[in-house]
Amino acid sequence: MKIETKRFVFDISVWTTSLCLALGVLIHDAVAGSKVPTTLHAQWMTECGSCHVAYPPQMLDLPSWRRLMSGLDKHFGSDASLDEPARRELLTYLERYSGGRGSGRYAAADGRITSTAWFRDAHDEVPATAWRHPSVRSAANCAACHPGAEAGDYAERNLRLPRGIRMMED
Amino acid sequence: MKRLLCILPIIALPAAAEPARDMLVRYAAEAGPGFSPSAERGRQFYHRQFGVSADMPACASCHTDRPGGQGQHAITGKRIAPLAPAANSERFTRSDKTEKWFRRNCKEVVGRACTAAEKGDVLAFLLSIK
Repeated sequence: MKIETKRFVFDISVWTTSLCLALGVLIHDAVAGSKVPTTLHAQWMTECGSCHVAYPPQMLDLPSWRRLMSGLDKHFGSDASLDEPARRELLTYLERYSGGRGSGRYAAADGRITSTAWFRDAHDEVPATAWRHPSVRSAANCAACHPGAEAGDYAERNLRLPRGIRMMED
Repeated sequence: MKRLLCILPIIALPAAAEPARDMLVRYAAEAGPGFSPSAERGRQFYHRQFGVSADMPACASCHTDRPGGQGQHAITGKRIAPLAPAANSERFTRSDKTEKWFRRNCKEVVGRACTAAEKGDVLAFLLSIK
């Protein structure tokens, strides 16, 4: 094959693959009805992922998210306010993917994911000292032990504990 | 090499520091006649310990004493990309984003909104970092 032909074929295949992937994601998003987002929401990542990990929406129930989203100017001591279109857009995202509409295990009266029953259960083998470890600093710092947190990966098999931290036995 | 050129259209080209300089011109105009941006005033402002917030007394609390390097959020520990345009070409390229962060961070660190003159000085300081 001539170089020009090879280049043309390569070019076409790159664009076709990209298009198929994009369409696939859109269609899957539209029909799956999954509670776990299949893609990372770009605005969620930039607006909520600058100061802390962009927490997956299923980590809190909808009433908790709603309360949080209506007090962003006083967000755990920080001003995290958004303009109204951005706030509405993110609320719609949360309405779709939140951890239920008031299911108990995903509820947090103080709006902290760390206060939910599911979080406490999932971390019951973590010793108290781990949260104060210099490289952890805060329970909000998911990526300290979940290296894939930024990409939404919190799987136990991918845990990497900072040096000196050991899980407690059951 | 030719193959690499083919996929260029799907890779966004990095922006230069020009938008940041344009933004500085706009802040200077907004600050009014007689104002001339000063990197030195901006440097002092950047390092000043306002002390309004215990966790974040200064800009440098999160963006560090070297804004050309990586920062770290003072509360959550999350890494923050460099603030100086020379180290991070995305900085100060979109005025809505820049205004949002000045609005939030000035309120939190300085305890009030920053003036156009203060923003201009800080930007002049950040642009002076090579």
